[in-house]
Amino acid sequence: MIKAILIFNNHGKPRLIRFYQYFAEDMQQQIIRETFHLVSKRDDNVCNFLEGGSLIGGSDYKLIYRHYATLYFVFCVDSSESELGILDLIQVFVETLDKCFENVCELDLIFHMDKVHYILQEVVMGGMVLETNMNEIVAQVEVQNRMEKSEGGLSAAPARAVSAVKNMNLPDMPRNINIGDINIKVPSLSPF
Amino acid sequence: MALKIVKGSIDRMFDKNLQDLVRGIRNHKEDEAKYISTCIDEIKQELKQDNIAVKANAVCKLTYLQMLGYDVSWAAFNIVEVMSSSKFTYKRIGYLAASQCFHESTDVIMLTTNQIRKDLSSPNQYDTGVALTGLSCFVTPDLARDLANDIMTLMSHTKPYIRKKAVLIMYKVFLKYPESLRPAFPRLKEKLEDPDPGVQSAAVNVICELARRNPKNYLSLAPLFFKLMTSSTNNWVLIKIIKLFGALTPLEPRLGKKLIEPLTNLIHSTSAMSLLYECVNTVIAVLISLSSGMPNHSASIQLCVQKLRILIEDSDQNLKYLGLLAMSKILKTHPKSVQSHKDLILQCLDDKDESIRLRALDLLYGMVSKKNLMEIVKKLMLHVDKAEGTTYRDELLTKIIDICCQSNYQYITNFEWYISILVELTRLEGTRHGHLIASQMLDVAIRVKAIRVFAVAQMATLLDNAHLLTGNMQRNGICEVLYAAAWICGEFSEHLENPMQTLEAMLRPKVATLPGHIQAVYVQNAAKLFATVLKSQEGNTDGTAAQETSQLMIERLPLFVQSANLEVQERASCILQLVKYIQKLQQKDVEVAEEVSALFAGELNPVAPKAQKKVPVPEGLDLDAWINEPPSESESEDEQPKAIFTKEEHKHSRPRHTEVDEKELAKRREARKQEQANNPFYIKASPSSQKVYQESTGVEHIPVVQIDLSVPLKVPGLPMSDQYVKLEEERRQKQRVEKKKKEKKKRKEKHSGRGKKRDSGPESEEDITPAHMVDIVTEEMPENALPSDDDDKDPNDPHKALDIDLDNLLETAGRRPLADSDKLPVRSHRAAEAAKSPGEAGDAESAAAQEPKKKSGKDKREEKKKDKDRDRKKSKEEKKKKKHKHEEKEEDLLRGQAGEPVVQSEETSQVAEPPTSTSAEVSDLDFWLSNAPVPSNTQEAATVAAAEATPMPEVVSSTAPDSEPNEPKDAEMEETKSSKHKKKKQKKEKEEKEKKKKKKHHHHHRHSDGGGEESVQNGTVEEEEPLPSMSNYCLLAENSYIKMMMEDADQVCDIQGNLQDGSQVVVSVIFENKCDGFLKSMEFNVLDSLNAKLQRPEGSGPHDGLTVPFQLPPGVSNEARFVFTVQSIVMPQKLKGTLTFIVKNEDSSTHEKLDFKLHFTCTSYLITTPCYSDAFAKLLESGDLKCSSVRLEGVSMPFHHLLARICFHHHFSVVERIDSCSSMYSRSIQGHHVCLLVKTSAQTVSIDAKCDEPTLLGNVLDEIKQTFSQC
Repeated sequence: MIKAILIFNNHGKPRLIRFYQYFAEDMQQQIIRETFHLVSKRDDNVCNFLEGGSLIGGSDYKLIYRHYATLYFVFCVDSSESELGILDLIQVFVETLDKCFENVCELDLIFHMDKVHYILQEVVMGGMVLETNMNEIVAQVEVQNRMEKSEGGLSAAPARAVSAVKNMNLPDMPRNINIGDINIKVPSLSPF
Repeated sequence: MALKIVKGSIDRMFDKNLQDLVRGIRNHKEDEAKYISTCIDEIKQELKQDNIAVKANAVCKLTYLQMLGYDVSWAAFNIVEVMSSSKFTYKRIGYLAASQCFHESTDVIMLTTNQIRKDLSSPNQYDTGVALTGLSCFVTPDLARDLANDIMTLMSHTKPYIRKKAVLIMYKVFLKYPESLRPAFPRLKEKLEDPDPGVQSAAVNVICELARRNPKNYLSLAPLFFKLMTSSTNNWVLIKIIKLFGALTPLEPRLGKKLIEPLTNLIHSTSAMSLLYECVNTVIAVLISLSSGMPNHSASIQLCVQKLRILIEDSDQNLKYLGLLAMSKILKTHPKSVQSHKDLILQCLDDKDESIRLRALDLLYGMVSKKNLMEIVKKLMLHVDKAEGTTYRDELLTKIIDICCQSNYQYITNFEWYISILVELTRLEGTRHGHLIASQMLDVAIRVKAIRVFAVAQMATLLDNAHLLTGNMQRNGICEVLYAAAWICGEFSEHLENPMQTLEAMLRPKVATLPGHIQAVYVQNAAKLFATVLKSQEGNTDGTAAQETSQLMIERLPLFVQSANLEVQERASCILQLVKYIQKLQQKDVEVAEEVSALFAGELNPVAPKAQKKVPVPEGLDLDAWINEPPSESESEDEQPKAIFTKEEHKHSRPRHTEVDEKELAKRREARKQEQANNPFYIKASPSSQKVYQESTGVEHIPVVQIDLSVPLKVPGLPMSDQYVKLEEERRQKQRVEKKKKEKKKRKEKHSGRGKKRDSGPESEEDITPAHMVDIVTEEMPENALPSDDDDKDPNDPHKALDIDLDNLLETAGRRPLADSDKLPVRSHRAAEAAKSPGEAGDAESAAAQEPKKKSGKDKREEKKKDKDRDRKKSKEEKKKKKHKHEEKEEDLLRGQAGEPVVQSEETSQVAEPPTSTSAEVSDLDFWLSNAPVPSNTQEAATVAAAEATPMPEVVSSTAPDSEPNEPKDAEMEETKSSKHKKKKQKKEKEEKEKKKKKKHHHHHRHSDGGGEESVQNGTVEEEEPLPSMSNYCLLAENSYIKMMMEDADQVCDIQGNLQDGSQVVVSVIFENKCDGFLKSMEFNVLDSLNAKLQRPEGSGPHDGLTVPFQLPPGVSNEARFVFTVQSIVMPQKLKGTLTFIVKNEDSSTHEKLDFKLHFTCTSYLITTPCYSDAFAKLLESGDLKCSSVRLEGVSMPFHHLLARICFHHHFSVVERIDSCSSMYSRSIQGHHVCLLVKTSAQTVSIDAKCDEPTLLGNVLDEIKQTFSQC
């Protein structure tokens, strides 16, 4: 089981949190801080597993994380999950984000937290891995987005126009999250 | 109206959406909290509006704020509103918000039940999907109970997208509503074979998660999982299954034996590291579970260790970490094999990654021996010096101690060395583990008598240099060791060389800065030392020395009498008075030494930590009884006495503070300055003491010099553990030399030439003798006490409730339905689910009929019931209980007979369970497990394989080979070999047959013992002879390279779809490599007929072969499965096929080919389907069936064997059995009913049969006849 999925940036600012077990809000924030503290002091070339923090889980739980440019993706899982499998899952998730947002960067996650949630929902459900095939995930997300668009129809148009205008003022921020080092030793889970 | 819409959308233009909110927060970095609070106010306004779009927008923003840590539970009702919007866009927002912030105690959740149910049954699959996803995060026991049935229905949804979500969420439902597990389980099990890989993997996921917590209930699923494991190509699924097997093997060692081979194959063949790793892990679990025996263990272990070594050597840190992790599991049971990789593991200690270093440390624990302990610890000590982080250093420290003290100091040969290691460890600054070192010092000093002299000397030095340890006391846990040092010096003071010096050290004013409990020990042991000193001094003629000592005590002790610590104070004042009295006596020249030392006479023995707990309570002693009746609550002011006590303490300490007047303060300041000046470790603000000393020759500085003299600058006379390592080496060298000499002598005496080996061989463990004869005193325990642990499981574990026996569901999925009361609560009228077996109609009746039988289980049930009803009002329940039971029974009957819509009250839904599982299922698993291939080497494998090759003992007898064409099974054995070869084989088989009688044998299919099972189920359990074992595997083809064995009896029809739609037959083929080379690129191809076709992957032509998904190392066998589509099933079929493969030897590789013929008998289209007698009767009465019959002469086997044989080979199930007459039923994959009435008298068996397809019936009867003609 996956107990929690946390995404935060290099400064510990949460970009997405998804707990599959109830924690009160202040506890959630504490967990994020603790996890960030644990993860951020590790070099980039050390292993991606951490024996869990004190707040979340106990000895049975592990933190499995990946660090992409400015973001940390941390999964807190118990012993029923395969460590390398989860690493691979994180990769699948990030690649899916990359596809859905076309060259994803931190800003996408900042401004579209809801969309990231919807994508995550197609990958993990209630703490269990739902789908690992990226094409399938992307397809399902796209169908739902299309549905949303068609529903939006006229009434949403003005709002969209306004937000388009607002977006024009956005300073040119650097894009490209650089997921270049997709050197998963973990096998892509294709037939062997 | 239109205006309103336009107005609404214009309004919305100026609403903030999520992006605006985020932007706003980013622009208000300084006053973020204030900005957000205004935003929340806005959101509250928005939520008050009628427009659902505005509300949804507001809720979306709230979700974001929730992430930032704001409590948004106040908006829960609005979230429910948005959830119930008809538009997907808003619904999705609502569910997302709900999943983020709803939890079990959110009260509005109960309002959502109907909305969620509506969404679940929505025609739009994405509405359903969103609802399922949301529900998975906030499902409560109530929701689970109310929606379980709806979700169950979704598990058979047409869309795989919904199916997989529904399957996954069932796990959450089970957790919250454990009663749903039994009714839902058959369908969940069905999903393991869902055509969609996503659904399949979800089902595997759920079952693995369930089985992890209560593995024993899922043991009987092992055969199914085994099949999945050998057939699946989805690595996710494989990993889950393999992990599951890891959890199952400890319960069933035979399972382990069966697993080793396929797992080993996977290890060899897979390229996926994650899969490889999990395989290795499970093999390790298997090896741990197998106590001993199998000769090829060492090979498997070697393989694991070797693969792990590759992982550890990899540059990828993740693999390295995992490799070490798995290695530590092997270590527990097979330390030897890990020890050979010591170099590698020690190397990992130098890794830059702390996680890896920690894992390597774990491993060290098991790798020490008498020989290498010193060396390893030396290395660790180096690390201790180098380590920068305190956590890692602390970890090192504990590991060093763990390693050394493990199994009662087994590996320590030289305790002097160990003591010096401990002393060296005290130099660590800022460690938290001072107490650990202290307890080790105490333990060693107490239990190893021989070491006391040395230990005492060391401790005295420590005490002397106490200031080194206490330099920066505030954050220092290391001063704990002074506790040990003081105690050891006091207790064993007779060994002290210079007790006077130690006594002085213990009474230094600085001691008063130590923690209270240490001071107390100091005071007490100073008294002990005092006694020793007196004793030695009184021996002298001059009495002044003794008096001086008393004087010293009297001078120094008042410092402790003033201590704020009660314990210290108490002891100090006692001892002070005592010493004063002694001094008086001394002045009168009375000899007191004897009497003083009598105060501390007697030796203290170590006591086991659990000893107190194990002391049996004496008879007549009630520990819970009050000694004095407790005062009644009203009159007690219980706080009073305590309050007085604490106040007193305050009084004590306060005056002391106020006493301090200005003069005193000045004095103290002066004293502190001196102290600081004296402390070489105190960093001074003024020029260093060195300089001051040189510049001025002022009198104040003289003390500095004096103190410096008492503390040698060289730093302590502490021993260096390194020197012991050298000494030990020399000692061992000497020993060896001596031994050799002795041996030489012996040899000379004996004149025997052997013994050269000894010289060259490395010294073995036993050769190393401890430096001194060590007497390790064992800890005392009360008599009859066992040092066992009693650990309780957490009673709050939600998984406990899921510990439900599923066995009687597993094998009988459709056969014996759940008791009606086991069904899930259904709210509304609902069409009954499509009948799975023709017996379904009569289910209720039969369930009711079984009622009396259930009685035995009733008591149990009542207990369970109590558990289950926890969440309901108990008092009410208690009253109703009896009444309910009555009602339930009636309801069951009612429903069953009238076919009423299933409307159930909550209460009824929870109650009865079918009778607990019969032994039949268990034995089924046993059969499957007994099948474990035990090939330890190629040769043995060959013989076992030969045994497998005999299709069935009764089919191939040693009759002439020309009878073969008539035999249905043997006809399949198209052999490419010469007849000569064949004869040889027959002979072999004959031999094998005899062997077989002795050992339990192969049996592979789970339907197979249907016979035995049914007879039990039908209530005719008799003492019958055990059935002979049977196998459905028969030889398909064989040559010198490879052997193929086929089991065709295994139809798996698409349970999901209609039986009429697609009929599939699955053929399992075992490939066994018989040659020395590697078999690669195997391709399996069959020439399709019009009627039967091999299912090929999409895109390949009708003549392409199927690649067999594995390679075969020599001596290894593996199973592959092929699916065929068959159109007409009334006639038997034969298909020709070819297997091509490459044999790769060391020097060459050749292409080879093997032809075979697949024979599909009509029986292979039959599926064992259960049927109830009344349904069976109806079926016969219906008159749609054609009749036919057959007579078998000269059948001498017992009737139940006969039935079992029909059940096994022809896939029938027994409906009813009365004496020597039995009715049997089976159904074809296309839904033809086949009914048999089997009677026997003397040696004649008559079979009357009915079927709606006469051709099929004729063929089936022919096949049955053939089966028995060979007996």
